[in-house]
Amino acid sequence: MTDAIDTPEDISLANLPNPAGAHDLLSKFKPLINEREALLATGVRDPFSIVMTEVKSPTLAVIQGKDTILLGTYNYMGMTFDPDVVAAGKKALDEFGAGTTGSRVLNGTYQGHRECEDALKEFYGTKHAIVFSTGYQANLGIISTLAGKGDYVILDADSHASIYDGCWLGNAEIVRFRHNSVEDLDKRLGRLPKEAGKLVVLEGVYSMFGDVAPLPEMVTVAKKHGAMILCDEAHGMGFFGPNGRGVYEEMGCEDDIDFVVGTFSKSVGTVGGFCVSNHPDFEVLRLVCRPYVFTASLPPSVVATAAASIRKLMHAGDKRAHLWKNSKRLHQGLRDLGYHIATQTAQSAIIAVMLPDQETAVGLWQALLEGGLYVNLARPPATPAGTYLLRCSLCAEHSDEQVGQIIEIFATAGRAVGCIS
Amino acid sequence: MTDHDEIFERVAEQIEPFNKKGVDLTDATTFAGDLEWDSLTVMDFVAAVEDEFDILITMNMQAEIDTVGQLVATISKLKKAA
Repeated sequence: MTDAIDTPEDISLANLPNPAGAHDLLSKFKPLINEREALLATGVRDPFSIVMTEVKSPTLAVIQGKDTILLGTYNYMGMTFDPDVVAAGKKALDEFGAGTTGSRVLNGTYQGHRECEDALKEFYGTKHAIVFSTGYQANLGIISTLAGKGDYVILDADSHASIYDGCWLGNAEIVRFRHNSVEDLDKRLGRLPKEAGKLVVLEGVYSMFGDVAPLPEMVTVAKKHGAMILCDEAHGMGFFGPNGRGVYEEMGCEDDIDFVVGTFSKSVGTVGGFCVSNHPDFEVLRLVCRPYVFTASLPPSVVATAAASIRKLMHAGDKRAHLWKNSKRLHQGLRDLGYHIATQTAQSAIIAVMLPDQETAVGLWQALLEGGLYVNLARPPATPAGTYLLRCSLCAEHSDEQVGQIIEIFATAGRAVGCIS
Repeated sequence: MTDHDEIFERVAEQIEPFNKKGVDLTDATTFAGDLEWDSLTVMDFVAAVEDEFDILITMNMQAEIDTVGQLVATISKLKKAA
């Protein structure tokens, strides 16, 4: 029976003693593992392991063999398949190769990186632009470099993870204020030492509820206390303001925001991050910002697609108008069906459907998917106040017919799950 | 009444609305363990304490605070510094 020892069952990891012994560093995740297993045991699909086997357009993909309308991609302006953008990427791939294999400050800055930064400067009307490899790294780098030990970062409680992580990386003192509360911001700034360096971090659009910040009031308060201001426009770029710069442009705060951070992975339609500013010493950040220095730069094809896309976004008035129309129509349509939406009106291209618990949220998410619609499931701790959300993000390329279909699918799925009548 | 006792009492008042399980409070009571607070509850509670004492408890300080007694000591220190 010696050969029995070698059967796969016997050598499976499950039967071996835990190699980590009593000090398994992964044991702290047991509660999450158990919660997830319990949820999947009820027969629902795993919302966090969707695979798209074919992507037909910015709004349509194949998931498990089925054509599925995409309503959770942040692909706001539908630039991913724009022929000029794709052509620019192919050309750069042919001419400059697949990757740079180097840091921006060593061998990783090509002509394309410069052209991409030039496109950003033109788009934002700023003197300076720095491109990072992801939006996450842009926040991580800029915040950690601006606010070091002894400085204060004052941030909204609902800030994106990249903002929190940027604070921790820089060893700054971190002070939170209640979401979108001007009064709370004022109070907390007033309790800080007058002479300390202060960075107030705001977001134009908050991605969980899709609500916008009262930027003019916040800017006034921050300036009163002598703080510098960073505004993250990840979810505002492309369709807020006369030039599509973001919520801060729409609200007339252009002269008061010191640093604007953004991403290429939403409206621009590829990957990457950036910061633009008029600060005269801004360029020094290239030398001292660790998430900029100690990572490889974006591939030439990516910066080429980003530059082409940004230049097209400058003249995308018709697309913007259609995106806003889609957003307002979906908001109204879902409200009419009886869904509870996180914002009273459509404040951005994110429409967040609020649900009472995880079971309902996952149930509806799955029913929508079976009906041919993909949305994002969001759960605590990513969401504010312990809420479960189905987050919808619209695209300028969603046709009127598709928006109609989306509302239909929400009607059928919601009734099947029993969360609307 | 000592400084510690007075602050403890005011902290206990602030804990009350979040003390869903009616846990008895001592210096050794832990926020995560005994009171079973998640990060969102902690955030609301800290904001309330900050307003009550007109102080700032940065997230860096919060990371070092596990028990009610440690919070009371931190508040006492912050009030003396002010």
